[in-house]
Order: sequence, then C-alpha cells, then structure tokens
Amino acid sequence: MNSKNDITEMHLDVLKEIGNIGAAHAATSLSQLLGQKIDMRVPKVELVTFDEMFDLAGGTEKVVAGIFLRIEGDLTGTMFFVLTIESATQFIRKLTGDVAFTFTDVEDLGMGASALQELGNILSGSYLSALSDFTSLNIYPTVPSLSIDMVGAIVSFGLIEVSQYSDEVIVIETEILQEGKQGVSSLAGHFFLLPDPPSYRTIFSSLGVL
Amino acid sequence: MVSVQTVVRVGIADMNIAKSPQTIRTSGLGSCVGVVLYDSSKKIAGMVHVMLPDSELGKSTKLNVAKFADTGIHAMLELLKAEGVRPFSIKAKIAGGAQMFQFGSNDTIRIGPRNVEAVKKELKRYSIPIIAEDTGGSSGRTIEFDPDTNILYVRTVNAGTQEI
Repeated sequence: MNSKNDITEMHLDVLKEIGNIGAAHAATSLSQLLGQKIDMRVPKVELVTFDEMFDLAGGTEKVVAGIFLRIEGDLTGTMFFVLTIESATQFIRKLTGDVAFTFTDVEDLGMGASALQELGNILSGSYLSALSDFTSLNIYPTVPSLSIDMVGAIVSFGLIEVSQYSDEVIVIETEILQEGKQGVSSLAGHFFLLPDPPSYRTIFSSLGVL
Repeated sequence: MVSVQTVVRVGIADMNIAKSPQTIRTSGLGSCVGVVLYDSSKKIAGMVHVMLPDSELGKSTKLNVAKFADTGIHAMLELLKAEGVRPFSIKAKIAGGAQMFQFGSNDTIRIGPRNVEAVKKELKRYSIPIIAEDTGGSSGRTIEFDPDTNILYVRTVNAGTQEI
C-alpha cells in the first residue's frame, strides 16, 4: 500500500462511502444548527495534482473562508471546510444574530470568527464521529483554525504532509449546497478529507478490504 | 500598438523562466515561498514555488526538484546558466512563507518560517543577494515579477498590491 498503484477501484469506493457517511452527518448538523435545508452532492474521490486540488476548491486566487483541522489518533490526516464568502456571511449572520455582518475587515472578524470556528467544530465533530463509528478507529480532531484568504494559500497548508510522499493527492470531496430563494440551491462550500498516505493501510484494514 | 506581453505561470512546486516582455507569476502562496532569481542586464528571470524546506523530507522515490528549497534553487540556477546568465549577476527577490493557521508547536505548522529560513540559507550558499522580500505574516500572496523593471508585485487579500 506504499504506492498509489496499489489502490484499486474498490478502495476508492470505500473512500467514497467514508465521504458519504461523514458529510451526510455534517450536513445534518449544519441544517439543524441553522434551521435551514442543506443538501449535499454525492462525494467525489479523486487522485489529483496539487494545482487541480486548488481548482476543486474554487481556483488558487479565489477568496474563501477556510476552516482547517488536523486529524490525530489511529488515522491521521487533514480536514478542510471551505466556504464561499457569501455562505460564510449568511451563516455568521444566522449564528450571531448580527444581520449586518460583512467581511469588510478580515483581520478582525470579532464574533464572526468565533461563530465560524464553532461551526467548524460542530461539522468536523459530526463528520469524524461518523467516520470513527464506521471504521472503529479512534480519531481525534484538533481545534479548528480559521483563515479568510486565497484558496491556494489555505489549501496548500493541508498538502504539506502529503507533499512529502507525492505530487498528487487522493481527495475525498463533498459539495454542500444551501437552499436559497425560490428553492434554488447555491454552492455553500466543500468538505475535503485528505488522509495522510500512511493512513490508507489503516483505513482499508479496519474495513477488511486491504 | 498592441502589447504582446504574456504571463508565464508557475504552479505549486513548479518553476519556470520568463524573458522581457514576458512577466512571471505564481498565485496563492501561503506557507510556500516564491523565489525570483533574475539578471537585470539580460532581462531574464526564473521563479520557483518552494513548498518544503529540504529534499531530505521527501519520502518518494521520484524527486520533484522544484518542490524543495535546496534542490529548487539549485535547479533554477542551472536553468539560468543554460540561458547564458552569469552566476555573479543573479539577484533574488522572495515572498511568502506565511503562517496561515495558528496551531501548536508541530513542525508542519511552522512550515512557512522554515521555508523562508531554508531559502535564505540556499541563497547565501550561492552568494546571491536578496534585494527585496515580503515574507512571514499570516496572509496569502500572489506575486508577479517583471524582468523589464525588476519589480515584484505582491498582492494580498487585505492590503492590495505592493511593489517590492
């Protein structure tokens, strides 16, 4: 399992199921938290170059709200929650009750930063506890950290571990959609789960598909 | 007259060369460091988008030289030499190496500052002077270098575009 070539179609399906279970729980939590309908797309599992990974998240220079955390325990990896600025603004307004909140000063978000971090805590917690139940592995998320910046700057930080092994990354990606006016859904953001390469063996062996 | 200026793009863990009237650009630098090596008399510049400080960190058999400070700067110098640039006329401008997220003491978390230190060490090894730098902080940067004017444009989300 040292080489990516050892990863078969079946393994990718297993990773997709992990994305499905994790993101479904997180979307449900988000929906309950906001009292609003949240949909998710079927997860994608892809082997992509780093530059392609930035494209998945909206393009290197696109400004987003990125909530980042590390996964520790039996399984190690990186998890991101990348939100469009529009969705992050709406979520903060709902969570804080400050209907006038905007991202005018990204250095000082005040309550907005706490609200987004808490959102990250709840979502990653529900994603990872579902993953932990499914795999019977002990998984501990670090406290999430927040940055409002370019996709390239945010996402590249999560590629540091993987970059020591490869120039490509297996990404488990789920898009979440927010229901807007007249029932039209708009992209709210993405969950990205990037297991560290040595953890694939752990995941597959815990699920009996090594 | 219509300008035929083109922009040479450099991806992550990638490198390339531009000659005036071309400019060279890399976007969304976070903890990575953009290193520009240029020869003002020949109006030529190379850019490396360094992701990790040291090729010793590489655990893969296939080495991407542009990914690491030590191998990337060396490889860029070789490319410039192949273009007829004399080593003593090379100068450097660098940007990036931010700490995007505030975490504990883990080595990975300090990757931005470590990248900057490693780049400076390599430039010193080859006696290349650093003419300007915009490093550290906690913001992402997009940089573009113009070999005609030797200006490095540094754009951040908060502070707009600076010239260094």
